Amino acid sequence: MLLIRCPYCEEERPELEFRNAGEAHIARSANMAGESDDDFEKFFFIRSNPKGIIYERWRHMHGCARFFNAVRDTVTDKFVMTYKAGEPKPSKLPGAGK
Amino acid sequence: MKKYSVFAIAREAMRGHKGWEEQWSSPEPRKEYDVIIVGAGGHGLATAYYLATVHGITNVAVLEKGWLGGGNTGRNTTIIRSNYLYDESAGIYDHALKLWDGLSQELNYNVMYSARGVMMLAHNVHDVQVLKRHVHANRLNGIDNEWLTPEQAKEFCPPLNTSKDARYPVVGAALQRRGGTARHDAVAWGYARGASARGVHIIQNCEITGVKRAANGAVMGVDTTRGFIGAKKVGVVAAGHSSVIMNMAGVRMPLESYPLQALVSEPVKPVVPCVVMSNTVHAYISQSDKGELVIGAGTDQYVSYSQTGGLHILQHTLDAICEMFPIFTRMKMLRSWGGIVDVTPDRSPILAKTPVPGLYVNCGWGTGGFKATPGSGHVFAHTIAKDDPHPINAPFTIERFRTGRLIDEAAAAAVAH
Repeated sequence: MLLIRCPYCEEERPELEFRNAGEAHIARSANMAGESDDDFEKFFFIRSNPKGIIYERWRHMHGCARFFNAVRDTVTDKFVMTYKAGEPKPSKLPGAGK
Repeated sequence: MKKYSVFAIAREAMRGHKGWEEQWSSPEPRKEYDVIIVGAGGHGLATAYYLATVHGITNVAVLEKGWLGGGNTGRNTTIIRSNYLYDESAGIYDHALKLWDGLSQELNYNVMYSARGVMMLAHNVHDVQVLKRHVHANRLNGIDNEWLTPEQAKEFCPPLNTSKDARYPVVGAALQRRGGTARHDAVAWGYARGASARGVHIIQNCEITGVKRAANGAVMGVDTTRGFIGAKKVGVVAAGHSSVIMNMAGVRMPLESYPLQALVSEPVKPVVPCVVMSNTVHAYISQSDKGELVIGAGTDQYVSYSQTGGLHILQHTLDAICEMFPIFTRMKMLRSWGGIVDVTPDRSPILAKTPVPGLYVNCGWGTGGFKATPGSGHVFAHTIAKDDPHPINAPFTIERFRTGRLIDEAAAAAVAH
């Protein structure tokens, strides 16, 4: 089971309190009806599914119930960091020397 | 290829088993092939086998980063059935089921297909409605599926708890008698042996690191840990890693990869005569010929390539198993493991040409690909050989996520996703 740090509660809590909410930083169009089929497919179905660093949303369902974002390595399942919803995608990751 | 038979066993018994030959050869890769298949699991090896036997294309390499059949082919719970709701799914899964029947003879390799029946339990009104809808839809498609009362379910599977005061009482069941199990390793080995005997190269420990494309966009071959290997046609059959390989060719996929776990108990005498599945309490169980109870769990909730998963997922499944079969509460579990499954948004596979000329993909089988192995390989070989899909896999395009013609099999694995 993963241990996940909620950036709102500022606590590391067991995965059972959380729900994964899919890939992060996929912007929803303000004019959904005007989206082309291609753009809608990209928004709705296409996912980066990376082997390595993933940016994803979690929800602290059985805690503060708020959505936040996390950076995790999908090979080790280790969290690099978590940050609040609305904050920009981190350009530099802690501990990423390479 | 020396044929396996009772006479071969007798002959080898007489001379100390010195005459058995390798089941498949391990040749050095050529510089170029007509077709490269990426991934030596059941689906990839079946594709190579049918390319050779049905289409006469034998200048084929199957490249595998690990060992043959070491991915999801060797990690699944070996359940076979075709009781899917939609016509498209019924078409492809029943095509596979028809090939399972007789596959041991076709391959001259005992894949131990056992049509012991797959029984899906209903625990509430919603389950009854969903499963009866499946029964009717299946029958309209010529697929056997029948409705059982709790008493009939108990008769078919005596250890099942059908008491009315169970937490989730059994109120009925849908039974596909042609469903069952097969020996997963033997499927990979049998197809590998058959393909190798016809000249297909199976190259293990050879990981793809890139897909080379010509100026006009068409596939030229693949970079591997054993150097560049050329081919004008490349079929990607890489399960959980499909989107990684497709990304190398510049194609982004509607896939996400999740860990899926299974576990087996200590071996006991025959006690579960069929496959039992329950979507509502989320468990499925059968008994292997070695006597182990084979139990399938659900996926974890997050994308991962770790080939492991959370312990609480297994606990959840075992809770359900003990609820359905109170006699198993004191069974010891021997081992558990995880595989990485690639899941599409509509829970149906993709077997199709891609936007890249010469590149074909067979992926997205999610949590239930084993049952489709022969049918998948058969129609995917057709797709590669003819550069045109077989009528059976024609609906399973990548483009359906743009056009909206989804094949929305929410019950693809018969467990909740």
